[in-house]
Amino acid sequence: MGTGSDMYRQQILDHYKSPRNYGELEDPDFSHTGENPSCGDTIQMDVKLDEDNEEIEYVSFTGDGCAISQASASMLSERLVGMTLAELEDLETDDITDMLGVTISPMRIPCAVLGNQVAKDGAKIYQGELDPEDYGETITEE
Amino acid sequence: MSTQDAYPIDVEAIRADFPVLDRNVGGDVTTPGEGEDDTEPLVYLDNAATSQTPKAVVDSIVDYYYSYNANVHRGIHQLSQEASVAYEEAHDTVADFIGADGREEIIFTKNTTEAMNLVAYAWGLAELGEGDSVVTTQMEHHASLVTWQQICKRTGAELRFIEIDDEGRLDMEHAAELIDDSTEMVSLVHISNALGTINPVEKITEMAHEVDAYSFVDGAQSVPTRPVDVGEIDADFLAFSSHKMLGPTGIGVLYGKEHLLESMQPYLYGGDMIRKVTYEDSTWEDLPWKFEAGTPSIAQAIALDAAIEYLEDIGMANVQAHEELLAEYAYDQLNRYDDVTIYGPPGDDRGGLVGFNVDGVHAHDLSSILNDFAVAIRAGDHCTQPLHDTLGAAASARASFYVYNTREEIDALVEAVDDARQLFA
Ligand SMILES: Cc1ncc(COP(=O)(O)O)c(C=O)c1O
Repeated sequence: MGTGSDMYRQQILDHYKSPRNYGELEDPDFSHTGENPSCGDTIQMDVKLDEDNEEIEYVSFTGDGCAISQASASMLSERLVGMTLAELEDLETDDITDMLGVTISPMRIPCAVLGNQVAKDGAKIYQGELDPEDYGETITEE
Repeated sequence: MSTQDAYPIDVEAIRADFPVLDRNVGGDVTTPGEGEDDTEPLVYLDNAATSQTPKAVVDSIVDYYYSYNANVHRGIHQLSQEASVAYEEAHDTVADFIGADGREEIIFTKNTTEAMNLVAYAWGLAELGEGDSVVTTQMEHHASLVTWQQICKRTGAELRFIEIDDEGRLDMEHAAELIDDSTEMVSLVHISNALGTINPVEKITEMAHEVDAYSFVDGAQSVPTRPVDVGEIDADFLAFSSHKMLGPTGIGVLYGKEHLLESMQPYLYGGDMIRKVTYEDSTWEDLPWKFEAGTPSIAQAIALDAAIEYLEDIGMANVQAHEELLAEYAYDQLNRYDDVTIYGPPGDDRGGLVGFNVDGVHAHDLSSILNDFAVAIRAGDHCTQPLHDTLGAAASARASFYVYNTREEIDALVEAVDDARQLFA
């Protein structure tokens, strides 16, 4: 019976049950929120940069929703530290599913990439490449 | 009811009529159909979303396309006449099925949603205004809720929502308060697709008629699963979808009392719905064609006819008995777990579906895990977002049953739910 709930390997459940870097930063360089309406997932990512405003020094997140979206944001909060904003911009869906280490079914991809999209959009708004008027909130959909 | 009791219908024989029930799942989803990596027998418990299709229904479509495919009402050649007769007779079959007076009262639409919009536009935009109210319920499907919400916005009418109690039943005192002299329409769902609540549509229709308002019954979940008689309910309008009652997608039904449909202006204009056209003006065809503009879904209408025939062979009272048996069984099995919340009324008083959540497991995670067990259910807001706000849940899981489902399939569901509980514990 069953194929062993492949999407929910220990790592994902661990990050879901005990999220890393959970909370809001007091003085982030940028903070952005997003939603995946199909799941009702929400994520806020707060990012602190180094002195040159290039390298990510610290990330925290808050959110609510399914295990895939929350675990993905939690793992990402660790993964992003030490990356430059340019490297963040290059993070693709494949990088996120690699990070998660499991096969994500197509319907759940928007859950998996929500945190990443929020971080990327936040960075772009910070760099003046996106208009916060239009990107007040990131939305991921199928 | 104990697990030993026999089913009210011959489930084994019925299952043999549905080829898809033999398929395995579990593999790659990017190419449709069974592949080598699909190894687990499908447990299909998403019937409230859409039902599966028996051979007889598919055969009727094949027969139409292979032997009398033609446009209707347009040709005097034989194929067109045969297609026209079959298409028109499908209206008679539907009329008989729900106790309507005749084909004049049966309009084929795309689905329930379009039937709802037809009345909202053709009747609502013309009749509603400031000072009027439309009364509906907190448990409406978006098909009804969003439609009346937007029509009320455009006309200035007030939209009122009958509240639900802790068991997901309508608060009838509140209904009595809301339905008043300003009310022009009371639109309510017969069986809630999220809660399984069976609403007292006769009583509410009576209350509507007392203040000279009309009633619109959303029968999307009731017509497929139990005997529904528009005469008994005295509903002014009723809507349902073929794809939830063993029929194909692409066709739904609007029932309306003849004198009301007579008084309404068309909602779509074009061919097939006119009698006489000049450059200056047009007159309309008789009912129901006045509301069926353009080439209709002919094969689908013929297949809906076949689906109804299939259901009538089983007998709608038997279908209902089977639904109730499975709903109660599923309710009782899931209710054994303290961390499972079931929405809606108790197991012995609900339609054939169970909506629930497991503490600490998001409904979409649950649905994914159940999918790993080859159990197909629906997870989400089930097109009832405001209701989910009222329930305080972003989403819920829903298992829904039909004539081919068994207790063993519900056991598979419960086993998978238990697995999810333990995984997330
Ligand atoms: C109660 C109810 N009303 C309306 C609908 C809409 O049906 P359709 O999508 O076929 O228009 C559904 C099904 O999704 C339903 O369950």
